[in-house]
Amino acid sequence: MASFEQITEESQRRWEELTAGAQPWIRVGTALCGQAAGCDDVIAAIEAALEQKGVSAQVSRVGCLGLCFAEPLVDVQMPGGPRVFYGNVTVNTAIEIVANHVSGGNPLPHLALGYLADNSATAADDPALAGIPDLNQHPMRVMENRIVLRNSGTIDPGDIHQYIANGGYHALNRALTEMTPEEVLEEVKTSGLRGRGGAAFPTGVKWGFLAGSNAPQKYILCNCEEGDPGAFNDKAILESDPQTLVEGIILSGFATGTSHAYIFVRHGHDGPIDRARAAIIQAQEMGFLGENILGSDFSFHLEVALTGDSYVAGEESALMEAIEGKRAMPRFRPPFPAAVGLFGKPSNINNVKTLAYIPEIVARGGEWFAGIGHDKSTGTVIICLTGDLKYTGMIEVPLGVNLKDVLYQAAGGVPNGKALKFVQTGGPLGGVLGADNIDIVLDFDILRTAGAILGSGGVIAADEDNCVVDLTRALIAFCEYESCGKCFPCRMGMGHLLEVLERICRLEGIPADLDLMRKVGQDMQAGSLCGHGQLGFNPVSSALRYFGDEFDTHILDRKCPTGVCAATRFSPALTRR
Amino acid sequence: MDGLKRRIGDAMDSQSQSTVTVLSTLLAVQDELGFLPKEAIEDIAVFNGSTINDVWAVASFYPNFRFEPPCLHQVEVCWGASCHLVGAMPVIEAALEASGLETEGDTPDGRLTLHFNTCLGACAQAPVMAVDHHLIGRVTPDSVRARIAVLQLDANG
Repeated sequence: MASFEQITEESQRRWEELTAGAQPWIRVGTALCGQAAGCDDVIAAIEAALEQKGVSAQVSRVGCLGLCFAEPLVDVQMPGGPRVFYGNVTVNTAIEIVANHVSGGNPLPHLALGYLADNSATAADDPALAGIPDLNQHPMRVMENRIVLRNSGTIDPGDIHQYIANGGYHALNRALTEMTPEEVLEEVKTSGLRGRGGAAFPTGVKWGFLAGSNAPQKYILCNCEEGDPGAFNDKAILESDPQTLVEGIILSGFATGTSHAYIFVRHGHDGPIDRARAAIIQAQEMGFLGENILGSDFSFHLEVALTGDSYVAGEESALMEAIEGKRAMPRFRPPFPAAVGLFGKPSNINNVKTLAYIPEIVARGGEWFAGIGHDKSTGTVIICLTGDLKYTGMIEVPLGVNLKDVLYQAAGGVPNGKALKFVQTGGPLGGVLGADNIDIVLDFDILRTAGAILGSGGVIAADEDNCVVDLTRALIAFCEYESCGKCFPCRMGMGHLLEVLERICRLEGIPADLDLMRKVGQDMQAGSLCGHGQLGFNPVSSALRYFGDEFDTHILDRKCPTGVCAATRFSPALTRR
Repeated sequence: MDGLKRRIGDAMDSQSQSTVTVLSTLLAVQDELGFLPKEAIEDIAVFNGSTINDVWAVASFYPNFRFEPPCLHQVEVCWGASCHLVGAMPVIEAALEASGLETEGDTPDGRLTLHFNTCLGACAQAPVMAVDHHLIGRVTPDSVRARIAVLQLDANG
């Protein structure tokens, strides 16, 4: 087997060939956002146009650059030149881009979104780029500090060489040749990294529990269930740069003395699943997975485990039940997974984003990571921006930035001259924040004190035309549908809440309904095993906190101020179960 | 051995991962057949050293499993919060109207299955639908009606 130096040399040679070789390189965003925008048609048009012009070019299906609003996004790099990005490409503009830019060498300023160059200073004076802005000056990129997403949209996620050429697996090589497992664990502790799945528990401490166990069989479980509507960053990482996750998982195994791991994904998300499986096979072929990795005495095995449709399967103990092939229902704790986990063995569950930070933390040191962020919230946060925003997509910003700046600057505010009314954060269990309450620093502890949850990073914005009671009903409908049914306060409580909210939306509510919901909410919180029931009242309580008046108008005046509830609407929730 | 049993057996054996469970086997068989026939439940119980009762328990828990042959085309419409806020409900109403269904399910002619999905994962392109697992973003009630009309034409023709 080739040495790591030989592999790196080969990877760099290939990268050189791609970026500054004989032919142009065309990269097209093909993550879930790109697919929904029609990337397949655009790729077909590009390939047909290339053939018709008799021009040879490398066409690659890359992941998500984060600028989802601009999908299908096409990135053209002439040999040795800057990357020029074209947004919202149609079949017709794809043909125009091939004819003028790829074939003729002339970029199209009227279609281009921006350029990215290694050297911004000389690019600014480049006559070929006249009239095309620097993409790094785009509002969505100005605030960014890309750690996890450093390769997203840039490398072909199906080619491990491109990951290695951009610094990949150097951290693993360094850990195996220069460091002890204790030293790797120490770097993670020093970094102050906290779990990005929602709970924000210090990752190093969590790993310490597993490292301290002498059991012969232990497991690392990587959670990519990500059922939150409005959050797609975990899936985007698998689709855009799966090797950064694979390397992070291998390093977590090395640090905790664990030999087996699973990546847990929902069945049906074929893009992320196929990318993850292909990445594992390529890592095995390179000798980064399997027995005696890179000639060391460390062996590690990784595979993808699939679940059926179940939101609660993303809860750590329900996740273990699903990997064991059972119904995804939470377990009683204690014992905690670190003592009795998957198949009864000590286990550690981390979110995709948490593990995807590890290669850079090991490569650049915990101190470096701890220097980014705010107070005890170190590093960056990946936010998915959806709903009524000018720029929807995914950005990675340092913790400590203000949510208001993210919404009004990075996301460009609310389009069509409308005003922001509220934002829904942290998934369906997270709740809503009124437009007057978004002036808040993104810091796990500050957010918790304010009663807001960042959760997995979904931020959904709603303009003034939206009714908060209607959204609350939709969130509770989701929670009711997804309750696994194990704990009756959750199973029946969600049903009660939905019944009352449906009534209020039909403008048939009564004043006693609000106290009834509060009582049900208290019972759910007290009597449920997992966060689904414990936090399930959040959408209602937060909506009541910020928009109590709007509920009153629905109940007392029998009016929906926005008119949303006045129109009779089909409710999917009512017809299910 | 008849064709169906053989296909069930092949699907169960085709699992390449090292951890084979009742759930993974159910997913593998449904991937192959598009549904779980009664025979599959029995075979999966034997294959995994489980019981018919336990296999039913798992199969009935996850709503992605179905127990009748699928229709020719699968239409999924998302009603997650991101889609809801930008118009998923009118889109769902249009899908129901165009397919002649009262709620999610199969059309009587066996041409079209309508399914409400809680998140298709392309939230930045909301509202999102999927036709035969192919994602389509920024749909409107009119574009949904048109797509369903095409599926019905194609099926009838």
